[in-house]
Amino acid sequence: MLPESMELIIVTPTRQLVRTGAREVTLPGANGYLGILPGHAPLMTELGIGELTFRGTGQTELSVIRGFAEVLPDRVTVLAETAELAAEIDLERAEAAKARAQKRLAAGDPNIDWDRAGVALQRALIRIQVARKYRSVPANSH
Amino acid sequence: MPTLLDFRRHIRSVKNTQQITRAMKFVAAARLRRAQEAALAARPYAKELMRVLRSTISRIAEPHHPLLARRPEEKVLALVLTGERGLAGAFNTNLLRRANEFFRANKGRELSIIPLGKKGRDALRKAGFNLIAEYINVLSRVEFATVREISNLVSDLYSQGQVDSVYVIFSEFKTVMSANLTVEKLLPVDPARVREGSEEPSSAHVDYIYEQTEEQLLDRLLPRYVESQVQRAMLESSAAEHAARMTAMESATTNAGDVIETLTLHMNKVRQAAITKEIIEIVSGASTTV
Repeated sequence: MLPESMELIIVTPTRQLVRTGAREVTLPGANGYLGILPGHAPLMTELGIGELTFRGTGQTELSVIRGFAEVLPDRVTVLAETAELAAEIDLERAEAAKARAQKRLAAGDPNIDWDRAGVALQRALIRIQVARKYRSVPANSH
Repeated sequence: MPTLLDFRRHIRSVKNTQQITRAMKFVAAARLRRAQEAALAARPYAKELMRVLRSTISRIAEPHHPLLARRPEEKVLALVLTGERGLAGAFNTNLLRRANEFFRANKGRELSIIPLGKKGRDALRKAGFNLIAEYINVLSRVEFATVREISNLVSDLYSQGQVDSVYVIFSEFKTVMSANLTVEKLLPVDPARVREGSEEPSSAHVDYIYEQTEEQLLDRLLPRYVESQVQRAMLESSAAEHAARMTAMESATTNAGDVIETLTLHMNKVRQAAITKEIIEIVSGASTTV
């Protein structure tokens, strides 16, 4: 019989964000999104830049920027380089970062670091996406 | 013989000093608490990272990576973590003495140093060492961006073969009263050291599905591991510095109290002597007139 729920741990180098029970987790893997249910086969993956959602008592969204995830049948451990709960995201700052990155990319300066500017844009976009979702659908009302 | 007024002045000045040392003690205590909280908050990540790295590394028979590459140690790089400020007792002196021991032990090798903290930077520069970079004002509050910058710098120097090993010399926070002077080898990463101390042997033998190859994963994990080691050293050193300052200021405050007590006693003696002298004069004056 498969377990009903699993333990979800989300940590970053500076803090532990989440330690809770979850019935479903969606991870932004480096090669695409992964849906994890309790009893999943052991799995190890690198994370990309994206949105992590999990359902426990309600639904919670986070923005995750790179890192690793280890999946065990009864536990999911996320080691993110940066992660923020949707409620914590500073939307204005993310918008400003997006505008800055777009400007840099559009300027067509051959000397810019394309990778860095691209990643900066991606980060800002995912933060905005997660924050918007949270604001239109308040937490714990799924 | 100092007069009553001299004593009053002296006592007032010692009292002022005592107020300053007491304030510094409280500031150090608050900062120590913050540093300890930061160290505590960083622990879960370090622990989980260690576990993932251990299980990945034990799955690869012959792990190859620039950060694992072992070379004869000809060029040695040392990260020296001292305090940002003085008035912390023997904190900086002790650490620098330990660093000097390390330098002497590595005589004959090409030595380069990256100081973290202003006190160490000043002392090592004065001593004429080869400082290839310096980070000051990074230890009173440890920011992860700085940790990453330093880790990237030393990892690059190592991968490019500009140095053959990297050591971290720092004060490890033990208790408020004492710190351990520690020298740790940061690079090359020793797979044996990563493998040992496995407290959860069960998960190390799980057969994972790997989304990426083990080598790719290792390539991403090792820099994170270096970061978490640098972060730990910085947080420990920061906590130890605040603790040392707190202890030093505590004893300074107590000493000031003792000085005030002694001075007050002397002052009262001088005052009493003056009063006694006056009474004797009045009494003897009165006896002559009667």
